[in-house]
Formats: sequence, structure tokens, C-alpha cells
Amino acid sequence: MSEPLLQADGLVRYYQIRRGSRLFSHRATLRAVDGVSFTLQPGRTLGLVGESGCGKTTTARLVLGLLPLTDGEVRLQGETLPKAGSVRWRELRRVMQMVYQDPLAALDRRIAVGQQVMEPLVIHAIGAPAERRDKALAILQAVGLQAHHFDRYPHELSGGQRQRIVLARALVLSPRLLVCDEPISALDVSIQAQVVNLLLDLQAQMGLAYLFISHDLRMVRQVSHEVAVMYLGRIVERGDPDRLFASPAHPYTRALVSAIPAAHRSARQRLILKGDPPNPIDVPTGCAFHERCPIAVARCRAETPVLRPVADGRHVACHLAA
Amino acid sequence: MTATVTSTPIQRSRGARFFEAWPPLTLAALAWIALMLAVALGADWLAPYHFSALDLKARLLPPVGFGGNWRHALGTDELGRDVLSRLIVSIRISLLIAFFGTLIAATLGTALGFVAAHFRRRVEWLILMMIDFHASVPFLIVALAVLAFFGNSLVLFVCLMGLNSWERYARIARGLTIAANEQGYASAIRQLGASSWRVYGVHVLPNIASTLIVSMTITFPETILLESGLSFLGLGVQPPLSSLGNMVGYGREYLTRASWILLFPSAVIILTTLSISIIGDWLRDRLDPTLR
Amino acid sequence: MMRYLAGRLLRALLTIFLVVTFAFFVLRLSGDPALLIMSVDAPPESVEAFRKSWGLDQPVWMQYLAYIGHALTGDLGNSMRDGRPAIQLVLERVPATLAITVPAFFLKIAIGVPAGIYAALHRNSFADRLTMLVSVAGFTMPSFVLALLLVLVFSVQLGWLPSSGSEGMANAILPIVTLGAAGAAILARFTRSAMLEVLGQPYIRAASAKGLSWRRVVTEHALPNAAIPTTTIIGFMVGTLIAGAVVVESVFAWPGIGRLLVVSVANRDLAVVQTILLFVAATMVTANIIVDFVYGWIDPRMRTAPR
Repeated sequence: MSEPLLQADGLVRYYQIRRGSRLFSHRATLRAVDGVSFTLQPGRTLGLVGESGCGKTTTARLVLGLLPLTDGEVRLQGETLPKAGSVRWRELRRVMQMVYQDPLAALDRRIAVGQQVMEPLVIHAIGAPAERRDKALAILQAVGLQAHHFDRYPHELSGGQRQRIVLARALVLSPRLLVCDEPISALDVSIQAQVVNLLLDLQAQMGLAYLFISHDLRMVRQVSHEVAVMYLGRIVERGDPDRLFASPAHPYTRALVSAIPAAHRSARQRLILKGDPPNPIDVPTGCAFHERCPIAVARCRAETPVLRPVADGRHVACHLAA
Repeated sequence: MTATVTSTPIQRSRGARFFEAWPPLTLAALAWIALMLAVALGADWLAPYHFSALDLKARLLPPVGFGGNWRHALGTDELGRDVLSRLIVSIRISLLIAFFGTLIAATLGTALGFVAAHFRRRVEWLILMMIDFHASVPFLIVALAVLAFFGNSLVLFVCLMGLNSWERYARIARGLTIAANEQGYASAIRQLGASSWRVYGVHVLPNIASTLIVSMTITFPETILLESGLSFLGLGVQPPLSSLGNMVGYGREYLTRASWILLFPSAVIILTTLSISIIGDWLRDRLDPTLR
Repeated sequence: MMRYLAGRLLRALLTIFLVVTFAFFVLRLSGDPALLIMSVDAPPESVEAFRKSWGLDQPVWMQYLAYIGHALTGDLGNSMRDGRPAIQLVLERVPATLAITVPAFFLKIAIGVPAGIYAALHRNSFADRLTMLVSVAGFTMPSFVLALLLVLVFSVQLGWLPSSGSEGMANAILPIVTLGAAGAAILARFTRSAMLEVLGQPYIRAASAKGLSWRRVVTEHALPNAAIPTTTIIGFMVGTLIAGAVVVESVFAWPGIGRLLVVSVANRDLAVVQTILLFVAATMVTANIIVDFVYGWIDPRMRTAPR
């Protein structure tokens, strides 16, 4: 087995906050990410799903080194991730890049998009100026845009085109890993499919690995080689997408999957979870899900389940699934 | 039965369209500022007399039209000095002081704003404390104290004017930079591996420049008013140099007998600050219509 | 709330302390006061004696500690000109300054706020344009120019009001009007834009779509929301009032703190200048705290925000 491109071990990120009204405030810990581990092989896609607030975006930032870790380790190509902003970290930008949810916010309004695609080459001093322009044009074509888009400004392009520009900018350095944080949720539904197809084509052509973060389960199923489901900062189930969606092992995954709108209503029963939505400040003891779980037992409150392999190669963090 | 509707587009005269892009008030303000700049730059050639040239035979001469003559178009003061010449030279001094003061304030304030937004934590806290401290005592009082005890060199005075308004720029730069850093293009560029210098210099600064320029149109008049106030009290620009505030101060004793001595510089102060405010409003509307 | 109060108080005290320290060092480091107070050709022995009697021969930091020590017990030094305690001099003048600043403060609010509200409610009408024009004139005109103009018109030409001095009520009118006018102009402008911003919000449209009369929409929804930013501005105005008083008192020869400051600065009367600075800083800081409280009280978002 070749060396994993990306390895995350026990990533933890806590925030110390103060909550309550002015009169009675006390300290509390916000557990954004509470022990997340995974590996990613070159050229493969790991999909990270969960509802808003489960910690997916924070995980992405931890992986990229944009946020400091409270605990745990990230290894890129076998090397521990250096401190953000250091020279080595900046060099590693050529290996690992990010694609954002809001392409308009990620682009500088005042500079032509072609210049922005060229900018990584300028920053890392790659190639002569003429070569840079050629490379940028080539990348523009690779993402499905044309040469005349080079001199346009971000607000002159459509949402889908802007996201392609952000992709182009991320790809111009030929990275090996792209972290995509909800890359399509801000786009029109008709454009979403186009961009997803583009991502898949690029993966085939360039051997890219993706960490694909989304709350859209159907999209994730399409693009991922492996899916991890997050809840309250932890991974609760991980495995092959088709098997995971066909027969989810963890009760939370079951509820998520049942909420996907389906053509044949009878095929799946809608599972409604009881209890309050997850709050990362008030993480329950034991299994984080036990308060809302329809099949919880006493053990679930006492003991935190770890990810354990089950029969068909998946990993599930549930006392009742193993 | 079909009804045909023929519509002719409403033709607006070229004049009307011109005035929509350039409101007449703004044009007038721009014209006045251009005139002031011309006077400031060409003061040495425009002034008919040297500003401290005495003419004791022609003391307290009224301006032309009120009993005076064209030799001293705006009259003379109690020492026979030509008011027009003094006015021209004063315009230059006051504009110079305000210009450099604003420049200093903008540079210092923006730099500190960047520093605060970039480093956060303790550095930011320190800079915020400085801003608070600055806002908690009226600067006029601080300036008075500093001026009287450190003397009245022009350089010190200009620096003091700069210190008057730096906090406005600092707050703006800090706020906009934090926003850019957290969610926007600045963090994206940094993520590409750019150094902080590049992020701030090539990306953030051009994007916040328009807001800063609008702020300049607010602090420039403030500086003029502060300088003329201090000079009026006798603690600003010192003789033999002459500024607009100075002239009003000297003219005060002759309020009843020779009011023109203080009316002309007062008018210049008012028109100049007014013009810049108008230009500032217009700029704000043009540069970013979503701002108010 | 308690924590917030304590925090604000601490910051306030820190600010005052910084101001005093700043004043002390700036004034001391800028020159030798002894040489200035005594004339140039005074014999060196008497200059030395003067220095000793005022403790000026000690190293600066010792003087500072002595000053702080005295300050904490209420002794802020004596005026170098007439030897009386500085604090007494300052406190004597406070009523005079209050006599013009307090009415000016209320005048500002009484004129500025309603004008701004009216202008906002009748946007682009003649009244609106007029108000804006007048208010612009208000803040582009330096206060000394306004003062002199008022004197020219009302004292010289019309002879209705006295131009200086402080004998009677009539003397106070022009200073108060001068002080209040500039502030009223700025307040009007600001209130107008705050109101306009509030009126453009969706909840105003929703309120009137509910069927509320326009008057009720304004009084129950628009005004309270516009009051929030307006209060902060009113807080700032205290500072500008004090600065304005310095100029106005000088023009009208009104015997208040502002005038005392200008005179003391010209005479390099250190103790008095420091005392006035301290006093002003304390006033401003108190005003800011009051504004913070009022703000926290009227803005419900501040009361319940999780922090």
C-alpha cells in the first residue's frame, strides 16, 4: 500500500468561550472537532458529510493548517504539517490547495481573473512572465473556460464560471490534494452537475486527491471513493459510499439517509430524530448522539464508542453496530 | 383589434445628462478647490505685495467698492499690510499644513490599522487602547498643552495635526482588513502562499483605498478647522508666518472698524471646508453606492 | 453586568492615569519652567531658589512620583503665578463653564434631533434641503468665526446683546448659541441619516403593512431604533463641547475653564494645566461610561447577547 497522501490523527480543536448573559457568564468549551482521524490516498476522494455545525469546515481548516490544532497531528506526504505562515508551509501550498464555498468572496474584485489565476505562479516565482500567462491560459481551458475570459473581472462572470476560476487558481500549481469546502452549494442546481463533472474529469486527468466537504449527500455519493459522516466533531461512520447509503449502520447515518428526498417514498421510511439539534458547547457524555438516538441503551451514555470495523469493511462508532 | 403602441424614448438633453453625472454643486466645489490649489502653488507670483510689507500711509484701508482702491483690492490691515497678499500666502500655509497633516494621519492610521488586524490579540488590544485614549480627551486640549510647551515649529505643528485624525483611518483599516482576512479574498490569497506584505500591499490596500480617500475628505476639513482654531488663539502658526486662523485672530480687535480683515479669511475657511465636504459626499456616492 | 461594569471602570481609571502621566511628562520635558516664570535677567540664585521651592531640581521621575502621591491625596499642586492651589483655581471656574456648556448641550439636542427627524421624514422636501444646507454651514464654519459673526450682527450692528464679559444673563446668550449651533448642525445631519437608515429597513415596511398608522410606525418602531446610534453621538458631543468652550470662552472673555487653560498654557503654569487636563479626562471618561450604560440599556441586543 503506497504511502497515504494525507493522514489525520486524532485532530482536536477546542474553543474557549464565555456564555450566558452578562450577569451570569461562565467559561465553556466549544468542541468543534473532537478526535477526527482519516487517511487519504493519492488520486482518491474522501467525502466528509454532516449537518451545519458538525465540524466539517473546521476539519478542513485544520488539515490545511489554517487553524492551530488543540491536539492531534496532520501529516502531508509523510511530513508533519509545519506552522501556518512559515516558509515550509508556504512551499507546501504547491501540494495542497483549497476551493471555497463562495467564489466571489474568494476573488479580489479589482483584479482581472486571468491575473488572479496567474498569481500563484508569481507568488512562488515559477516560470518566466510569458510562460506564466501560457500556463494560466492552459488551465483556463482545462476548467472549461476560454481565452477571452482572461481579462474579465469576477463580477462579470456567472457563479459557475467564478468557481471554475477559483479551481483554476488552485490547480495552476499542480497540487496533489484539493480541499473542497462546499464547492457547489452556492451554485444553481443546473451548474452544480457541470462543476462536479469537471472535478471528476480533472481527478482522472491529473491524479488529484479530494477532501470533499458537503452537506449534500447525493453529490457526495457521486464523487467519493470513501465517505465519512460527522456528528458533533466526531466521525461516526466511514466506508464505501454505496454500501453506506444503501444500508447505513449508524443510527445517525440512517436518519440522514432517510431524509434524502426520494422518488419512491415507500422505499424509505423517514426517520425523525427527537431531542434538540446538536450543540458543540454542550456535548453529551458518552456517545454524542445518545440523547437523540432511537436505539440508545445505558452503555451509550456512559462510554464513548470508537470507530470499529464491521463486516463489510466499514467503520462505525456505535456500541450496537459492531 | 390590435392597439399599436409606439413609444419614443425620452430624449434627455445632453446638458441634463451632463449635470446628472456632475451635479452643479460638486462642480462649483471642484472649481473652488482648484482655485485654492492654484493660489497655494502660485502664491509667490500672485501676491501683489510681500505679505509683511508695511505701508503705514495706507492703514486700515477698506476693500475696493467700499471706499478703497484697486491698489489694495481687499483692503489693508492696521499696519498697512495688503490683505489680499496676506490672504494668498495664508491659503498656502493652511493648505500645506492640512495636506501634510492628513497625509501623516492617513499613513500612520492605516499602518496601525493593518498591524492591529494582522496581529490581533495583544497588539490589537494595545492599538485599540490607543484609539480609546485618543477619543477620550478632546484633541484640542492635548494639542494646546503640547504646543505651548514644545514651541511652535512648523514641523511639530504638522505632526500634531496628523495625530489629530489618525484614529479614524486606523479604525477603518482595521475593520475592513479583519473582514477581508476572515472570510474573503485576503485569506484566500494567503492560502495560496503569499506573504503578508503581498496580501496587504497588492490586495487589501487597493480594495480599501476608496473608503480611505473618502475619509480624507472628512479629516482634511477637520484639520483646517483645528489649525485655524489654534492659530486664532495665538498658539498655532506664529508670526511672521501667516495662516487663515492667524488673520482672523489679528482682525478680531478691528471687528468694528475694519471687519474685512477677518471676514475674508473666514470666508475662505468656510468655502474650502464646505467644498471638500461636498466633494467627499459626491465621491462616496460615486465610489460605492451601497455605502451611505 | 458586574464584570462589564468593573471592566469599564478599570479602563476609565487607566485612561485618566495615562492622561495625567502624559501631561506630566510632556510638560516637564519641554523646557525649564523656572526660566520662563522668572524674567530673563533674574540672578541665578533666585532662579535656583525658585526651582528648589517648587521641587524642580529633583530628577524628573522623582517629581512624578511626588506628583502622583500628592494627587492621590487631593493636592494637585499650586499655580505658579499666584501660588493658590491649582484645584481651587479650577473649581472656581467650573460653574462658569457649566453655565454655558450645559444649556448648550440641551440646546443642541433640542434643535438638532427634531430637525434631523423632521428632515428624514420629509425627505427631499424643501424643509429637508434647507435643514441640510443650514446644518452643513454649521459644521464647516469654525466656532470662532460664528462667534465673531454673531457679535458683529447682534452686538455691533443691532446692539441687542453685549459682546463680552460675564455680568449678567444677557452675556451668556451669545456664548451658548455659538456652542450649541455647531453641535446642533452635526446632530441634525447624523440623526437624519440614522433615521433614514432605519426607515429603509424591512421591518418598517412590515409594520406599516400590518396596518399601523404611519405615526405609530414612526414612534414605536423607527424612533427607538434610531435612538441607538444617536445616543453614542450625543456622548461624543460632550468632548466637542469642552473643546468648543475653550475657543468660545476666549472670544467672549467668559471666565471659565477654557479661558483658564489658554491663559495657563501661555504662561506655562504647569500645575493648572495638568489639573485641567485631569479634570477634562475625568469628565470625558464619565460621559463615555454613561453613554455605554445608556446604550446597553436601550439596545436589547446588548442585554442578552451571549458573549
